[in-house]
Amino acid sequence: MSIIAEILISGVIVIGGLFGLVGSYGMIKLPDTMRRVHAPTKATTLGIGGALIGSMTYFYFAEGIFSLHELMITLFLFLTAPVTANFISKTYMADSLKESDLPETSSKYGWAGYNDPPEEENEQPKDN
Amino acid sequence: MINRLFPHPILTVMLTITWLFLAHSSSLNSILFGLFLGIVIPIGTAPFWPDRPALRNPLMIVEYIMVVMWDIVVANIEVARIILFKPNKDMRPAWVTVPLQLTSPEAITVLAGTITLTPGTVTAMISADGSCLLVHCLHTDNPDAVVAEIKNRYERRLLKAFR
Repeated sequence: MSIIAEILISGVIVIGGLFGLVGSYGMIKLPDTMRRVHAPTKATTLGIGGALIGSMTYFYFAEGIFSLHELMITLFLFLTAPVTANFISKTYMADSLKESDLPETSSKYGWAGYNDPPEEENEQPKDN
Repeated sequence: MINRLFPHPILTVMLTITWLFLAHSSSLNSILFGLFLGIVIPIGTAPFWPDRPALRNPLMIVEYIMVVMWDIVVANIEVARIILFKPNKDMRPAWVTVPLQLTSPEAITVLAGTITLTPGTVTAMISADGSCLLVHCLHTDNPDAVVAEIKNRYERRLLKAFR
């Protein structure tokens, strides 16, 4: 493995680590739950992304194979991370926020966490 | 008959490719088993998908993924600066309402996921009739600009991609 490849791999791993660190620091520093939810989205995107790109580059240069498992990890993370963040914020809202704390919706119906969906047979809005 | 066997052709292809990536091989053995999974899983889960999510423009999805990847990098750096250098008292977190033109649940789910993945904004809730999203911003001086950016960068492309 050439020295350039090693520098490249170390570079992306260090960048990924830095973003993971900043994300974790955000969890300590930010004062309320809604703001703290923002921190892990950083760690799961660029933080893990850096480590995975490093892993793919390593396998390409060291063993000459194009490793695809990393793409799968990215896919599963991108599917699960938003759901987790959504659940955390919904739980927090149900626990500590009233609907009057939130901005108005743009229609005559309220937010889904506080109101039932309008009763129509076919047009059932999906909760994400 | 074809419809019965492949209720979701795109899902079948996706599942087969996912299996090949996971198995990390392209032998006949894996392809056949991947196809088996790709056929059985959509049939088994068909009741959860009352109507087929219709993709109108697959190329637009590719462009969308590129744009989102780029935005994730840019937004990460921006949010890292906010977390590291902005004192908590100077931060102006805000709730914004994003009115939706998208109607298909799948497209709205993709949009909501994208908003959460790009650091600095988190989708917190949807309105009861599915006509707008509630988004929390970590720090913004101009909430209207956030809404305009979400609508212009993401929703416009999703409108073209999904029917």
